[in-house]
Amino acid sequence: MHRMHNTGPGRVFDVFNHIFLAIVALITVVPFLYIIAGSFATESELATRSFFIIPYEFTTAAYDYIFSTNAVIRSLGVSVLITVLGTTVSMLLTLTMAYPLSRKTMVGRNLILNLVLFSMLFGGGMIPTYLLVKNLGLLDSIWALILPVAINPFNLIIVKTFFQELPKELEDASKMDGCTEFQTFWRVMLPLSKPVIATFTLFYAVFYWNDFFQALLYLTDTTKWPIQLLLQQLVMVANMGLGDLQEAQLHEPPEESIKLAVIVVATVPILLFYPFLQKHFAKGVMLGSVKG
Amino acid sequence: MEHVQSNEVELKENNKKKSKWNQMMKEKWLYLMLLPGLLFFIIFKYVPMWGIIIAFQDYSPFLGVLESNWVGFEHFQYFFSNPDFLRLLRNTFILALYDLIFFFPAPIILALLLNEIRISIYKRALQTFVYVPHFMSWVIIASISYVFLTTSGGVVNDILAKIIGTEINFLSSPEWFRPMIMGQIIWKETGWGTVIFLAALASVDQEQYEAAIVDGAGRFRRLWHVTLPAIRSTIVILLILRLGNFLDTGFQQIYLMSNSLNRSVADVFDTYVYFVGITEGAFSYSTAVGLFKSIVGIVLIVGADRLAKKLGQGGLF
Repeated sequence: MHRMHNTGPGRVFDVFNHIFLAIVALITVVPFLYIIAGSFATESELATRSFFIIPYEFTTAAYDYIFSTNAVIRSLGVSVLITVLGTTVSMLLTLTMAYPLSRKTMVGRNLILNLVLFSMLFGGGMIPTYLLVKNLGLLDSIWALILPVAINPFNLIIVKTFFQELPKELEDASKMDGCTEFQTFWRVMLPLSKPVIATFTLFYAVFYWNDFFQALLYLTDTTKWPIQLLLQQLVMVANMGLGDLQEAQLHEPPEESIKLAVIVVATVPILLFYPFLQKHFAKGVMLGSVKG
Repeated sequence: MEHVQSNEVELKENNKKKSKWNQMMKEKWLYLMLLPGLLFFIIFKYVPMWGIIIAFQDYSPFLGVLESNWVGFEHFQYFFSNPDFLRLLRNTFILALYDLIFFFPAPIILALLLNEIRISIYKRALQTFVYVPHFMSWVIIASISYVFLTTSGGVVNDILAKIIGTEINFLSSPEWFRPMIMGQIIWKETGWGTVIFLAALASVDQEQYEAAIVDGAGRFRRLWHVTLPAIRSTIVILLILRLGNFLDTGFQQIYLMSNSLNRSVADVFDTYVYFVGITEGAFSYSTAVGLFKSIVGIVLIVGADRLAKKLGQGGLF
């Protein structure tokens, strides 16, 4: 767009707008900067200075401590396992279900689509689902964090719509070459769907990494807690120390810097992937806004 | 004659069935692929729906669904006559209303302001910053809130103590609960909420602006006559969707921020079901409460869909 020659109020607005948005951006990141800075600061500095984003004295004591206990390392391991396993299961189920549903000739397609759509409007709710998981013997198993949420129906519908819009000639051609439906899906459709696969892999991965509700509901065994649940107990359940998870009660509340360090550790994977997340999530929003 | 006709019909039916069968056999791979996903929906979505019948029973885990005693609508009657019901309804409704009033417009305003930034590197940098909190879990957001708002050395209270001399117990006072929840949602989701509006704004024909300038329209008239109409239908759709999910206050956020001191305003349907059902083990009663919420929810969604159709937005599904 051509640069407009603003005069008077327009110019004032521009200046104000640039400054205002800079403040908004600062407000969104400054809390993170404090958390990171505080995790590298000494306890005495945290106690005496109200706010800082560069510590006077740099120390990794908090990290040395949390990585010397089993609890944090184990929880990180559990979270990584749930994220990798969950994302794999979710993608497999979502893709293999979306493809047949994208085929308009399939007998029974509408019935199954309506089954999916209805489940988006109405569900059994928390307690019947909990009882099901319990009766399946999945309590305290990490499968309880994966199986009940394995397919997100919204994602399924979007992927189905994507498959539906791929040119039909490709399918016909591969069938002529003697491919079975599965081979067509595997060798022709999937390679064409790489962007969508990337987007939804990230959707599911962020969901599994961040999820705390399923763990709260289904896990009582503290050795299976993912990092989110550990963090919640550490910060919000006042007198719980990392020691509680291993041996007898430790009655002193965890030191401030340790809480901050665990927050950082739980955030780092998201920040590492942030450039991809930003790009692909935005794409997902656009895909989702086109109706299936 | 009649006999012959019915034979013909039968033959046709048979052919139809056969061709359907042939078609299915031809696509047997498709069904095989579909099976795991279908099993997921049946087991984890439809079996729990069947499990709702315990809302009409005195469910005992030892007796199971088939053997437990039937009590009809007893749990519902108890719930509706219980003071908890009005409290939950009020809390849920107020939070939802606050969300609509304070949070809903925020991304629209931010998107409009971002859209006025012409230096594209600056704009992209701003977007990169404001999107960050969306990707953080509620546990992270709640933890950061605790660190900042606690009265024992939290950043905000340290500063308040220096400026006004007193501290405010944000985390455990009922009157601060709702502002705190709103503050968190606005902080976490406003930036990300702009994505869909910015996309709509990017598709506005630049010639319209140029024409408006030629007509002597100032900045705010251009905003009013060109920019806003471009995102109007997006706003309407999102508003209708929000109305359809009116009762869905986020469980994780509210659970994380509620405690015994602010529970009078913090309890909403979802957290109540959790506390009564999972913590106290009243499975049947909590299922009844959950069912009530689901039914109100479905009515709202169907209503929202009708509204969308009436407004010419083509319905939600």
